[in-house]
Amino acid sequence: MTPTAPSTLGILRVTIAKDLRLEWRSKDAINSMLFFALLVVVIFSFSFDLTAEESRRIAGGLIWVALLFAAVMALNQTWARELRNQVLDAYRVSPAPPDALFLAKTMGNFIFVVILEALMTPLFVVFYSLRSLGPVSQLVAVSLLGAWALVANGTFFGAISMRTRSREVMMPLLLLPISIPALVAMVSATTTILTGEGSAHLPLVFLAVYDIVFTSVGFFLFETVLHAE
Amino acid sequence: MKSSFVIFALLIFALLSFGLYEGLVAAPTEQTMGDVQRIFYYHMPSAITAFLCFFVNFGASIAYLMKRRPAADALAVSAAEVGVVFTTVVLVTGPLWARPVWGIWWTWDARLTSTLVLWLIYVSYLILRRFSGNNPVLSAVLAIFGAADVIFVYMAIRWFRTQHPQPVIGGGEGSGIDPHMFQALLANFVAFAAFAAMVIFIRYRLERLRQQVEEAHAMRAISEPAERVSR
Repeated sequence: MTPTAPSTLGILRVTIAKDLRLEWRSKDAINSMLFFALLVVVIFSFSFDLTAEESRRIAGGLIWVALLFAAVMALNQTWARELRNQVLDAYRVSPAPPDALFLAKTMGNFIFVVILEALMTPLFVVFYSLRSLGPVSQLVAVSLLGAWALVANGTFFGAISMRTRSREVMMPLLLLPISIPALVAMVSATTTILTGEGSAHLPLVFLAVYDIVFTSVGFFLFETVLHAE
Repeated sequence: MKSSFVIFALLIFALLSFGLYEGLVAAPTEQTMGDVQRIFYYHMPSAITAFLCFFVNFGASIAYLMKRRPAADALAVSAAEVGVVFTTVVLVTGPLWARPVWGIWWTWDARLTSTLVLWLIYVSYLILRRFSGNNPVLSAVLAIFGAADVIFVYMAIRWFRTQHPQPVIGGGEGSGIDPHMFQALLANFVAFAAFAAMVIFIRYRLERLRQQVEEAHAMRAISEPAERVSR
């Protein structure tokens, strides 16, 4: 029997299941992200003394900055895990499709960040006495699209920075400049919805396009990065 | 080869001098802003030159990924470095002009913010080059991400942030400048672009030499491995 290359779907399933199981056992990523985001929230509230009206205005920015920095911590760990025991080298020589690995890692990180968002929301509501004046369903859409934007680029740049000196310093240096347009759209959408002024339709569409474009670019270039010298 | 470069360099020097004369002396003084406006002859040509450099960087990066020729990578890094320098010129001359005219050094309007983000993206590209030991593949990949991001940056800031001033040239009714001002602008643009091309060329040669030295080191390491390791 000749060995056949594993299918994309198979790789997706196995990798995501493996990452989730590892995370379930260690809870490294979620714990560090959650505690870090909590710290950001608390430190921000010490830095500004806000009324409910003011906090509604700046909460959009705050939430996303906290999430962005927290996500960086988890994204740094996602590839470091594969370096131990030369897992990534094994993957490189295997006939498995590389883009499946990228998608699987992205989806795994997406799940972590969405869980983080779900845990963070009550915190924000309590600490900043937030109440959305716009449709909550749109907030859910922003948080999903925004999480994907951070995670797709973050997973990709994690793979790049893994190949450099001082990996963990490198990742945010690459991720933050590229994420600026997505961040601007996320913050704009969130603030629009929270304050109930106008429609968040345009930033949502923008985020969706951003997600599609950068996921595709990452998808096509991942093999190149994986096999880079 | 050498002599043609000297002629080329002298020609660019003459062009730059002509641009300086056009901008500082020949062009008419702007009515409301006065002489401060003359910084515009350096500001805008630098901006266009920087964009051209980043465009070259993008093209060279794609060429590298397709053909894997070290020459394309050398061109990419040269263009990116010169582009960052010219963007820095833009970001410095802008506030110098804005302070007397607008009364503030900086405002977060669309064009200023986009230029700043552009600068950040390409600085992160140069940092990646440094930290990855000039890894050409990773750099080229990031260059493609950066170029794709530029469009999003501009749109995002235009749509979701503040109002922005109308473009001065080709911005519809009431815009446009004195023909002589345009001439000064054009002279400076040609001079700056030629100067950038020259610096990129010098940097490119330097990068090629560095690549060849690195290659020679690698070859020597292969040809005499055992004794060096044992020592």
